[in-house]
Formats: sequence, C-alpha cells, structure tokens
Amino acid sequence: MLSFLIRRLGQSLLVMLAVALLAFSMFRYVGDPVTNMLSQDASVEEREQLRESLGLSEPLYVQFSTFVVQAAQGDFGISYRNQRPVSELIAERMPATLELVAVAFIISLLVGVPMGVYSALKPHSWLSHVFQTLSLIGISLPTFVTGILLILTFSVTLNWLPSFGRGEVVSIGWWSTGLLTASGLKSLILPGIMLGLFQVTLIMRLVRAEMMEVLRTDYIRFARARGLSNRAVNFGHALKNTLMPVITIIGLQLGAMIAFAIITETVFQWPGMGFLFIQAVSFVDIPVMSAYLLLVSLIFVVINMIVDMLYFMLDPRLCADRGTANSH
Amino acid sequence: MRRKLLCVAMTLSLGAAMTSQANTLRMAEASDIASLDPYSVTESNTLGFLHHIYEPLVRYNADLKLEPALATSWELVEPNVWRFELREGVSFHNGNSLNADDVVASIHRAIDPNAPIRVNVPTVVDARKVGEMSVEIVLSTADPLLLNYLTNVYIFDKEWMTENNALNAIDLRKGEENYATTHANGTGPFQLESRQPDAKTVLAVNPRWWDTPQHNLTRIEFTPISSDATRVAALLSGEIDLMYPAPLQDVKRIDSTAGVKVLQAPSLRTIMFGMDQRDDQLHDSDIKDRNPLKDARVRKALYQAINMELIHKKVMRGNSRNSALVVAPEVPGYDAALNQRFPFDPEAAKALLADAGYPNGFRVGLDCTNDRYVNDEEICQAVVSMWARVGIRANLTAQSKGNHFQKMLGGGSDIYMFGWATLPMLDTFSALTGFLATPADKLGTWNPGGYSNARIDSLIDQISGELDEPKRRAMLAETLEIARDEVAVIPLHQQPLSWGIRDGITLPQTPDDKPRLWYAKVN
Repeated sequence: MLSFLIRRLGQSLLVMLAVALLAFSMFRYVGDPVTNMLSQDASVEEREQLRESLGLSEPLYVQFSTFVVQAAQGDFGISYRNQRPVSELIAERMPATLELVAVAFIISLLVGVPMGVYSALKPHSWLSHVFQTLSLIGISLPTFVTGILLILTFSVTLNWLPSFGRGEVVSIGWWSTGLLTASGLKSLILPGIMLGLFQVTLIMRLVRAEMMEVLRTDYIRFARARGLSNRAVNFGHALKNTLMPVITIIGLQLGAMIAFAIITETVFQWPGMGFLFIQAVSFVDIPVMSAYLLLVSLIFVVINMIVDMLYFMLDPRLCADRGTANSH
Repeated sequence: MRRKLLCVAMTLSLGAAMTSQANTLRMAEASDIASLDPYSVTESNTLGFLHHIYEPLVRYNADLKLEPALATSWELVEPNVWRFELREGVSFHNGNSLNADDVVASIHRAIDPNAPIRVNVPTVVDARKVGEMSVEIVLSTADPLLLNYLTNVYIFDKEWMTENNALNAIDLRKGEENYATTHANGTGPFQLESRQPDAKTVLAVNPRWWDTPQHNLTRIEFTPISSDATRVAALLSGEIDLMYPAPLQDVKRIDSTAGVKVLQAPSLRTIMFGMDQRDDQLHDSDIKDRNPLKDARVRKALYQAINMELIHKKVMRGNSRNSALVVAPEVPGYDAALNQRFPFDPEAAKALLADAGYPNGFRVGLDCTNDRYVNDEEICQAVVSMWARVGIRANLTAQSKGNHFQKMLGGGSDIYMFGWATLPMLDTFSALTGFLATPADKLGTWNPGGYSNARIDSLIDQISGELDEPKRRAMLAETLEIARDEVAVIPLHQQPLSWGIRDGITLPQTPDDKPRLWYAKVN
C-alpha cells in the first residue's frame, strides 16, 4: 500500500510537470502580453525592456524552470492584468466556483438519480420515454446555448432570476458565500442548472443502465422470491449495488465540473476561477494561465488518486493481484 | 432591549437601502477595470472609469473641450515651464485638502521611469512647488500638448500615499503589490464604496465635491459582463441601466424593446489598413523580385477597389462614418476640406495596377483582428472579395488581438488592419508620431510597414514644439494631406460606439467611448 502510494505520488508529480510544460509551450501561440500591457505610444525599446524584465525573452526551458522553482515555493507571481498576486486571485475566486459546482452537483444528483431509477423500474412507461428524450436533448445541446436559453426565459421574459453575477455575497473569513442571501441563492439557480444539466443526463443514463443490469441478477430474483417488498428490493438492494460504479464516475465528473465551469462562468459573468482563466487568455496573462492549469491538473490528480485508493480499500483482489503477478 | 436594537438596525438599513436605491445607475461593460490605480495602466476604459474617483488638473467636458478641473488657471513661464494655480477648497475623499505637495508628488509618481503611465506624459521631466497652491511643471522641450497629457494624470493625496507606502506606482517587474491597486482616494464626484474584481465595483456620491453637480446620481454600480448575449439580456431584463458596447447585431432588438434604446455615434477610432513599404519582398506574395506596395499607384488601386459605401451599409449597418483622413472630426488638426475619399472605382484600380506593371494583379497577405474592432473580421472578408474583383488575391488571416499585433508590430504582415483613436493625446499629432513618422526611436512605433516621407518627418519636428495654435493646425493639416495623397495607409472609417441605455436616463455620448456619469441624470 505504501509503495503504491509513493509510486502514485511520483506519477502525479510527473503528470503535473508535463501539464505545466505543455501549457508553457502553448503560451507562445497565445500572443504577446507586452502589447496589452503598454500603451500604443510605447516605443520598441520600451516593449523590449519590459519583455526582458518579465523574463519573456528567455528561452522556453529557462522560463519553465523558473516557473517550476517558484511554484514549488508557492509563488505564482503577479498577474499582468489584475496586478495582484496570482495565488490571492485564485483563492478569491475559488469559493465562487466551488459553490457553483456544489449546487450543480446536488442538482444533478437530486434530479438524475430518481429519473434513472424510475426509467429503470418502468422502462416502458411514457414518462420514461420523455426522460430518455430529454436526456438526449440535454446531452446534445451545447451548454452555452442552454445557458442563453435559460437567461432568455427566466431573466428576460419572466424576470424571475438574475442573468449574471453572484448577487450579494457574505464573507466568512476569506470565503465569500452567496448561500446566505436571497439574491445569492437566486443567482445560483440558472448557472447551477446550466452546469448540472449535462451531469443530470449522464447520471440518469448511468443509473438506468446499471440498475437494469442489477435487476436482472439472481440475488434480486431471490429477494423477490423471498417475498420482500418492492421498496426493500428496489432501494435496499438494487439501488445500493447500482450506486458503486455511479459514485466512481460522478466523482471523476466532479473534477471535470470544476475545470470546465469556464463556459458557465463566462455566460453568467460568474466571478470564479474559470472566468479568471478566460480573461487571462484574452490578455495573455501568463502567470494566471499557468497557475490555473497547474491547479486543474492538481485537482484531477488528487481525485484520481482518491479514487484509486478507494478501489484499493473496496476491492481486496487488487492487493492479491499485485502480490502474485506484480503487474500494474 | 435586544429586539428594539434589532428593529432600529433594520429600519436604519432599510432606510439606507431606500436612499441608495433612489438614484443608482447600474452600468455594465465588456471588461472589468484592470486596477484602481490610474498610473498602473494606460487602457482607456480603466482610466475613463477611474475619472469618477480621481481628477486631473484639466479635464475634457462633454464636448471633448479642455476645461479647468483641479487647476483653475495656467500660464507659460518659459517655453518649457508651465505654472498652474490650484483650486482652493478641494478635499480628497479622506478629508485631506488639496495642495501643491499633492500635485508635485503625483507628477513625480507618474513620471517615474517604471510607472506604466510614464508614456502618457513623455515630455514632463519635473514638477516643483512654487507656493501653497501653485505648481510649476518642467518639460524637456516646449510642448503644445501638455494640457492634453495632463487630462490623464489624476491627482493623488500625498499623505495617503505616504501612509500606505504607495508613493510609487506598481512595477510589475518587481512582482510586488501596491496599496493603490485595491484602494482609492481621489477628489472626484464619486468615492469608492466597495470593489470585487470581475464582479462589482460600487461608487457612492461624494457630497463634498468641489464642482456643482450636473448629475443627480447617488450611487454607481459597475459590473463587467463579458458575454455579449448576457450583457444584452441584462439590459433587456432591467438588471442594468447602461451597457456598452451594445453588439451591432443586437441593436435592432434592443431598439424594438420597450423601455430601452441604443445610443449610437461614430467614435474617435479610425480603422485603417497599413501596408508593408519597407521590405524588398512581401511575406506572402507571388511577386518575388520586388515589393508592389512600395508603389503609390498600387496602394491607390487597393484603396479605390474598396467599396466603402457597401461596407458602411451592409457590414456596419449604417453606423460607421467613412473617412479619407486618419483622424476623426473631433480631433484637433482634422480638416474638413481635406476629407475627400478617392472614389470607389474598380476600373480605375485595374488601370492603376496595369500602369504599375501588375495587369493580372498579385497575391498578398492580409492580417486582421477578430476580437478588437467592431466587425473587424467581416470588414476584412468583404475587402478580400472586393480586391479579388481587380485581381488582388488577398490571403486573409483573422486572429485574436494578441497574435495579430505581435505579428504586425514585428513587421511580419503585408497588409494589416489597425485602429487609432489618438487617445490619450486626443490630437492629430498622435497619429503622426504613431504611424506616419519614419520608425526611429520613439517615433513610428505603430508604423511596422515603414512608410516614410521626409516632409512629414520634418513637419513633425516643427509641430512638436510649435506653441502657436493656428500655425500648428496648418502644419497638421499639411501632413494629413500628404498622407492622404500618397496613400500612406488606407483609411476606412470611424467605427461606431453603441451604448445600450434604459429610458429615463440622459447622458451625453462622448466619442472617446468614456461615459462621463457626472453628466448623467436618472429619473
């Protein structure tokens, strides 16, 4: 177990280094930050000077190693656009993204699981067909279109919900939350739905498929033969066994939601990390871009590691395999 | 007792909420201000917004004419020394009153070689106190544009800067924070209440403002909304009162909605094509032995092959102003008599090309932005097909501004799109030094095509120190005429400003695209 963990940690570090290197080699194609930082009247020398002192004229590997060394010490530099420390900017935006993802996640669970269970139990009812069709639409519509449609319907036409921003936020220490005010909660609904919609359809389809599989197994038939109530069979035995693979997948999806909240955040002007990243890209704000990409790879690496370790604990066969065959 | 307190608190906060609701103007823009420190950026949207908090010695009014602000009068002591008398009774938002020390410290902060705003005050070398309320500003040379420059130097409170260790502007190279990036203390009509970057910046009215308010606002809520569709939706749903830019494709929709409308006017920004006239061979052409763009006939042919009326009507939907000059009418130095475009005439263009030795035209690279100017990519696509009709096969590269300007300023483009608003100088001289001067040192930094005319260069030299305004204007007009006749660049139009606004709000639309909310009225 320990050797596995150490090996995993080593691999994770390598992955993160690779991500950082990839990111760095891409930055040169995003454009020249110096043009954005200086006014039109700045002379060629002034541009060169600034580029020089920001270390942008250094060869790629020098820039990269400087970044890695500083990042290892927790120093991500100062944003070119916002002119504040990058770590501070990210810490300031993180609550917004995490709250949005949490809400979207809860929505997708609360809606997706019951829909999946229902359409597994009654695969031929008309409501199941409706769910199936809806999930197809949910999967095939691009998220920004759903976002705009939601805004048009609920903000412009009905005037019920705000079309942008987080509403009023309350600060608890460094964490700013929109969960404690009415306008904050209202602001969470539309982006939460937009971000959660794809997950709803995914979870629904996953639960449905897994549950239909489980319902065909012998122990379910046996349980029914024993005369257990439908409720006990469906929810006590079938659903419980269905959820194992579902939890794995949605655990991984959580990372994806944090990383890909970018589109939702852009459409709803949500002041989160993804929005920070998009703005950084258009300004060629290299310190912010590199820190964000590193953070996202960290999130994925951590989640993957947790999932791996969970497997280890849940499935003793993995240990046995490794002991005999020593394969990976 | 406790309950009573709670009640009092609630009524108080309710009361506060009611008054603050009274005349709040909620404004949205595509991007957030970069910083609260006006010396740390040169972007005009940031400087425009910060003008509500901070003020310069002289400012532009709603007609873009200079008027006294924190200085009441000024005179030339020597050709390169100006004396400014400061306004009495002006106080900063923290209660300190304005004096000569504040102005001196501010000017020194602005001219620090590492201050980003340094480039906006190129000739200022020193400031000194000559009395409690009078200051002298020393220039490296006589400069008729000092007042224009000073409109962008907002005055800080020296005590506040000293207390907070902000006597110098941020220097990104040092990687340090600056107090003024996140705090503000000016003399302006509004004071900072709160700021959450990329989310909301709230200003409250400054009850002690020295000027007689022409506005009736009590609060400004500024929200950046970068997505065009969301910004429009927010205006239509009544969540904001003013937003800009209003995307051109949504103008009709906004206008047809009750309660909101679009204000449109041509801006100061002239859109142009620059051409490589320096290299002996183009980068992306089938003519290998010479550079056809060096020939003024070829440049004129390209010019005359563009149907600007069509672009005005179809691409810009009637909202642009076609221009023969590289500056807009509001810019000092513009001469209406010179603003005559060469007519659109494909036959004449073909004849010119044949005359120059290219009867079958040639291939050429065309570089455009796709996220910087109004309908930039669409304009270029239209031009490509117009040029094709006279035999010019343009190979269009439309990309984001970061990449475009890197390629263009690095001299890698054959024909390149760029815009010039003459800001922050707001004078024709900015266009001359920016892209009509032969590139050398600080001149011609936006002239990667290397257009060069000895007469223009010598005129620039004379204009820079000419303090007699009529003489200066005459020389400016002469340069504009030379540039037009030689087709130094191909001017297209002044692109439109469009602001979406709620009915019941009156606000002058200034062509520099900076809403001046101290002229705004809400009812």
